[in-house]
Amino acid sequence: MKRFIGFLKKEFYHIFRDKRSLFILFGMPVAQIMLFGFAITNEINNVNIAILDKSEDVTTKEIINKISSSTYFTIEQFIINEAEIETIFKKGKIKAVLIFEKDFSKNLIKENNASVQIITDATDPNTASTISNYANSMLQKYQQEVNKSIEIPYQIIPKSRMIFNQELKSVFMFVPGVMTIILMLVSAMMTSISITREKELGTMEILLVSPLKPFQVIIGKVVPYIFLSIINAIVIVLLSIFIFEMPVQGSLLLLGVESVIFIVNALSLGILISTISATQQTAMMVSLMGLMLPVILLSGFIFPINSMPEILQVISNVIPATWYIIILKGIMLKGVGLAIIWKETLILVAMTLFFIALSIKKYKIRLE
Amino acid sequence: MKTILYIVQKEFKQIFRNKAMLPLIFALPLIQLIILSNAATFDIKNIKFSYIDNDNTSFSRALIDKFEASTYFNVVSNFSSEKIASSAMLKGDVDVILEIPSYFERDLLKNKKTDLSVIINAIDGAAAGVENVYINQIVRSFNRNAQAKLMQPSDLINKPKNITSITSFWYNKTLNYKTFMVPGILVLLVTMITLFLSGMNIVREKEIGTLEQMNVTPIKKHQFIIGKLFPFWVLGMLLLTIGLIIASVLFNVPMVGSLGLMYLYTSIYILVILGMGLFISNYTDTQQQAMFIAWFFIVIFILMSGLFTPIESMPQWAQFLTEFNPIKFYVEVMRMVMLKGSSTVDILPQFTKTLVYAIVMNGLAVWSYKKTT
Amino acid sequence: MKNNNVIKAEKLTKKFGDFTAVNAIIFEVKKGEIFGFLGANGAGKTTAMKMLIGISIPTSGKAKVAGYDVFTDPENIKKNIGYMSQKFSLYDDLTVKENITFFGGIYGLSRKEIKAKRCQLVEELGLEEIVNELVGSLPLGWKQKLAFSVALLHEPKIIFLDEPTGGVDPITRRQFWEMIYKTANNGTTVFVTTHYMDEAEYCDRVSIMVDGRIEALDTPKKLKEQFNVNSMNDVFLKLARG
Repeated sequence: MKRFIGFLKKEFYHIFRDKRSLFILFGMPVAQIMLFGFAITNEINNVNIAILDKSEDVTTKEIINKISSSTYFTIEQFIINEAEIETIFKKGKIKAVLIFEKDFSKNLIKENNASVQIITDATDPNTASTISNYANSMLQKYQQEVNKSIEIPYQIIPKSRMIFNQELKSVFMFVPGVMTIILMLVSAMMTSISITREKELGTMEILLVSPLKPFQVIIGKVVPYIFLSIINAIVIVLLSIFIFEMPVQGSLLLLGVESVIFIVNALSLGILISTISATQQTAMMVSLMGLMLPVILLSGFIFPINSMPEILQVISNVIPATWYIIILKGIMLKGVGLAIIWKETLILVAMTLFFIALSIKKYKIRLE
Repeated sequence: MKTILYIVQKEFKQIFRNKAMLPLIFALPLIQLIILSNAATFDIKNIKFSYIDNDNTSFSRALIDKFEASTYFNVVSNFSSEKIASSAMLKGDVDVILEIPSYFERDLLKNKKTDLSVIINAIDGAAAGVENVYINQIVRSFNRNAQAKLMQPSDLINKPKNITSITSFWYNKTLNYKTFMVPGILVLLVTMITLFLSGMNIVREKEIGTLEQMNVTPIKKHQFIIGKLFPFWVLGMLLLTIGLIIASVLFNVPMVGSLGLMYLYTSIYILVILGMGLFISNYTDTQQQAMFIAWFFIVIFILMSGLFTPIESMPQWAQFLTEFNPIKFYVEVMRMVMLKGSSTVDILPQFTKTLVYAIVMNGLAVWSYKKTT
Repeated sequence: MKNNNVIKAEKLTKKFGDFTAVNAIIFEVKKGEIFGFLGANGAGKTTAMKMLIGISIPTSGKAKVAGYDVFTDPENIKKNIGYMSQKFSLYDDLTVKENITFFGGIYGLSRKEIKAKRCQLVEELGLEEIVNELVGSLPLGWKQKLAFSVALLHEPKIIFLDEPTGGVDPITRRQFWEMIYKTANNGTTVFVTTHYMDEAEYCDRVSIMVDGRIEALDTPKKLKEQFNVNSMNDVFLKLARG
């Protein structure tokens, strides 16, 4: 036992003496949370648009006024004919052009109908459809105001309630994802590189020849990263709570327990990766390309799983991170307890046990 | 000059002999490109929709049918009470609950007005907003049909005014997300591979000891650096080529603009990234450190590049910071040239900025490389 | 008058913060000499050598190697010296042939010269069978001899060897020293650091570093007389204790 403690101490020294890596280890989650909280959002705001007003009458000017005062749009330019559209789209800054037809007011009053063309640059489909939706909503609102005096009968009015995130803060959605990524990074990637490093430098053999049992070597390598991961998780949660007013509706204890399960899961993945990598470079590339990228894109972190093709939804279910994110969102934003997320927890635990068993088996084979 | 060739030759031999790394450098990124381009979409589809029908008339069922018919929503269940429905939402089984009040049809006919209650899971705020818009659209359409059937000429003293809007989507009529994401992901992969490989390569030689050996030879700094980085430049361009082929063949991404322009721009861009890799490797001692620092900066740059989330939505100070992000320019340029056919003139601002960065970054990197410490 | 000294160090010093690794050492090495630079691990040998081969700038003092100043002319020094580092530093993932070709090219030898040298080297060392094998797969002794020969490809005036015989069996060590003798006989100066005191016997002159300073500098014979002992090992023990 004493030998093991000695070995453990050495591992801690390794990590804490590497100031540069340490700085990144703690700085990264902070930087990411800050970015996601203050800068990154998938909402659409301040979109640059251009207006082609063929009427230039009272009504169009009123509508244009309303548009310019909204936060969604910034009117960059007024153009005078359609030919200019292609040119400005190619320049890239302007994402949509609103064209008001000639005699807009007249048509609205006389014919009860006037039209607006919304031409969007749909290279970014999300922005384009959102622009279309917002513009439509605005026009609808204006239309309603015009028709205010007219009581249109038989109105069905939907009243929507947004729950779990009333103010639609995008940071709420990202925090669970960032936590997952950071824990994955520290636990899986760093562990795999640390173990592989010893292999590459040749010091692993020395360890294996020592009286330390192989599993003690592995545990010793892995324990420091558990600590680091836990600290990171705490930092992220604290930052989210105090800077972004992110609630933790559910039990902090449950949050902690689930996080530890996930950390162990990521660690065993890290060990697995180390058994198939001969060099640090390989370990890093496998962690990055084989683990990190799929996790970011398929776990529901940024892109909704529902919208993915079937096959990818299936793959997404095989990724532990997907379940952890569901659990996190559940506990933090929905305030659920174990009674509701027992299924997800069970799946996570099962995956963890599976990876542990697999890495132990692979590791034993390596040694023989 | 000959010296550079010797180094380039050695580097290529080493890269291609590394059997473990080759698939990781080529196969894995390209597989990622294929798989992940299919995943990266903000399209709202298959929303888990549920309803509570307290009215149970053919009228209310007609409303439900409209939701069934919509491609945005999957009607997964109906509940008998709000309590059960809420529990399902907590579990994550449903994300939208539409509650139709009792006497829905009767109240509409009698009072000429009625409400509908909708509960939306807003954890993904942006998605929730879009879902709300879709729900409103469907209800409005249902409403109009009902009005058309129910209204008598006497109901209408004045005809309501109508503003019709016609939307057209240029360059991407089908709103295909892949068209948008594939160039972006390609950028991501080219960047990551060239950055990590170049950064770790030099540090690796430091760790093994062969770098010291090189420093004792009379080889000039610039010869060594050019010889070392050139193979990775070639790798980057190769990756771009394969990626472009996959993009157009597999994803039918239109190649509207000039290929030559894309290659020219990429060639300068890769120089920036290689310079970064070299710069990082000059200040780190182990591969682990190098990888870490590279990872740190790459993540921040990618998040701030407009690849996944729009730059216009960022606060002013963040938008200002993105001016120093070469990835942002590359993403913009690739999308603009590939999908819209933007010309050299159109991308001149990005081009000049990237060129400046290439010069500055590589200058810094070369200056900070010391054969003698 | 032509100076016969190929290396001349005057109060050469290297400090890292508060720690003085090399403390004002003074010595000279003559052309064609086999000069042993001895000392315990951590005595400052490698640091001193790094200054002489032009990859570390001294904190103070002066030194000239092959006629060039280590402060102002390190790149010219490099043209005239060969170096074999502690880790042997050939590329493990290149073949014997490729390593020779590469280093020959780096030192500016023409294709013809490289080819000639390569054939000569392969013959001398008996490497015909393994010329297309990856260096990483060679046993330590072969790697070492190869590294030594590669360092001499460009016929430098001085060759610096940093602990060249680490981890190698006695017979191979013997063979290696025979190569060193031959090289010195051809007029190349050999500057070798080692912590094997028995190898000190093979040198023309040795210096012994203790804690950054040179505590002894003479031929092995004279040093043994001076300290009244029978082996260089005992000389060292006396110095370390005293």
